[in-house]
Amino acid sequence: MTALSDREQLTSLANQAADSRVNLEFETEGMTLNMGPQHPATHGTLRILVKLDGEQVISADPMPGYMHRGYEKLCEVRTYPQVTTLVNRIDWLGSFANEVPWILAAEKLMGIEAPPRAQYIRTILFELSRMANVSLFLGDLGIQLGGITVGFYAFRDREHVLNQIEAVTGGRFHPNFDRIGGLKDDLPKGWIAETKKAMEKMRAFCDEVEDLLFGNEIFQKRTRGIGLIPPHVAQSYGLSGANIRGSGVDWDLRRDACPPGLVYDKADWKVWTHPDCDSFSRSWIRLQETREATKIVDQLLDSIPSGPIMAKVPRIIKVPEGEAYVATENPLGEMGYYLVSKGDLNPFRVKIRSASFNNVSIVPWVCKGVYVPDVITILASLYFILGDIDR
Amino acid sequence: MGLVASGKVPKPLTHLLNMSRKYSLWCYQWGLACCAIEMGAAFASPRYDVMRLGVIPFPASPRQADLVVIAGTVTDKLAPAVRRLYEQMPDPKYVISMGSCSNCGGPYWDSYSVTKGVDQIIPVDVYVPGCPPRPEALLEGIVLLQERIQNEDPAERFRGDPIVVG
Repeated sequence: MTALSDREQLTSLANQAADSRVNLEFETEGMTLNMGPQHPATHGTLRILVKLDGEQVISADPMPGYMHRGYEKLCEVRTYPQVTTLVNRIDWLGSFANEVPWILAAEKLMGIEAPPRAQYIRTILFELSRMANVSLFLGDLGIQLGGITVGFYAFRDREHVLNQIEAVTGGRFHPNFDRIGGLKDDLPKGWIAETKKAMEKMRAFCDEVEDLLFGNEIFQKRTRGIGLIPPHVAQSYGLSGANIRGSGVDWDLRRDACPPGLVYDKADWKVWTHPDCDSFSRSWIRLQETREATKIVDQLLDSIPSGPIMAKVPRIIKVPEGEAYVATENPLGEMGYYLVSKGDLNPFRVKIRSASFNNVSIVPWVCKGVYVPDVITILASLYFILGDIDR
Repeated sequence: MGLVASGKVPKPLTHLLNMSRKYSLWCYQWGLACCAIEMGAAFASPRYDVMRLGVIPFPASPRQADLVVIAGTVTDKLAPAVRRLYEQMPDPKYVISMGSCSNCGGPYWDSYSVTKGVDQIIPVDVYVPGCPPRPEALLEGIVLLQERIQNEDPAERFRGDPIVVG
């Protein structure tokens, strides 16, 4: 962590020098800048109220709520299988990943476990949705920092993954495929070979992005040393996912606390961390995670067992009384459902812990003192999705 | 556009005017939720490529746009902003409502915070169903809108009269 403290000191020194110069030469003026609710850099409808002194940010207050759809209340009037339709739409880029913790929480209370084949397919689809999510992040990052080409590449190669998801589940975006006790259907014929080809293409895409974006000097200048989040701050704000690993904290729910029902331990893969704590490290981690995801999928496809895909489950699902919290490592970070059941057809109470809400809560802290263009960089690298913040 | 608004344009000229209007739609992307990504796939991806239909998806502000695609869930908190956006657009203006949420509320039909249909706030020309619609569906919606523009009386639009939704 010495590298971090040096970098931090340098940044603060540079900032002070810049400030003193600016204040000597110009009289700066306070100004309030309203970003959003519709802004290309906010991934939806987040409004950020930025107070400026000259070009320097004094305070940045995110104002969520423009996409609040009342999930927790809606879950209470839906039956357990119906809820998966809703929770698909929380993080709309990696939809399948949203269903899994919900189903696992219900399975935990009911005391059933999906058959091994279903667990493998679940994990594969989980990682495919991670790729669908993060590949768009990489394209979006380029667009927001002025390199629109990367966006075209991302949209092109994302289709490979979406095609595979669609071939299994029938939905490009919202599969609604996970069931309590297993999966809706088995894999279609020839899917495994096609997915392996798609993984090759995704790896090629990652190489391309690494050359095109991460090797770009302008990109490095705009991200390196911008938006520093030291590890202790990241932990105290409850960041998760690539944001906390980009701050050098080696923490991944897939490896450290993988709930039963997902088979990450059957594959050989690596959790990447980066000690730099800046926007570049967070973005770089996501690129590496996409690569790791292709590896996980390849290995699981090789070792996928045969057998049924559905456990014995009653036709009308009533979850016995109790409470359960299950969290998984979603593309955006830790996503968990705290489920309270009173033994009815509907859940009694559902609390959704979504990653983006915590990830965006650090914006006021990290945006203090930066310059206006850096706000865009920081927001892009923190990577949140509005449905995931507001639910 | 005094001549157009008066409604005395000869028929061949109307044809020409409508044809040039329908192939130069500047489209503002009002991406709100999941549909925004499919809209992005339709507008920005090489696979679907909307520009071949004569739609330019990059106006910097609604004040330069002819068409707005409302893609996603409109909540009650956002509704004033949607209304304001529509009022900022110059006449003649067109609206495509993309996805079940902006058509009628979609999966949030019983939610306390979701506006059940963007047509409660602004008039809609084309509804694209789906949750979310495929990019092809949005392209079909644009083609339908272009047909509508081709066959309409421009005087009505240029006067900026409210449009009958239906």
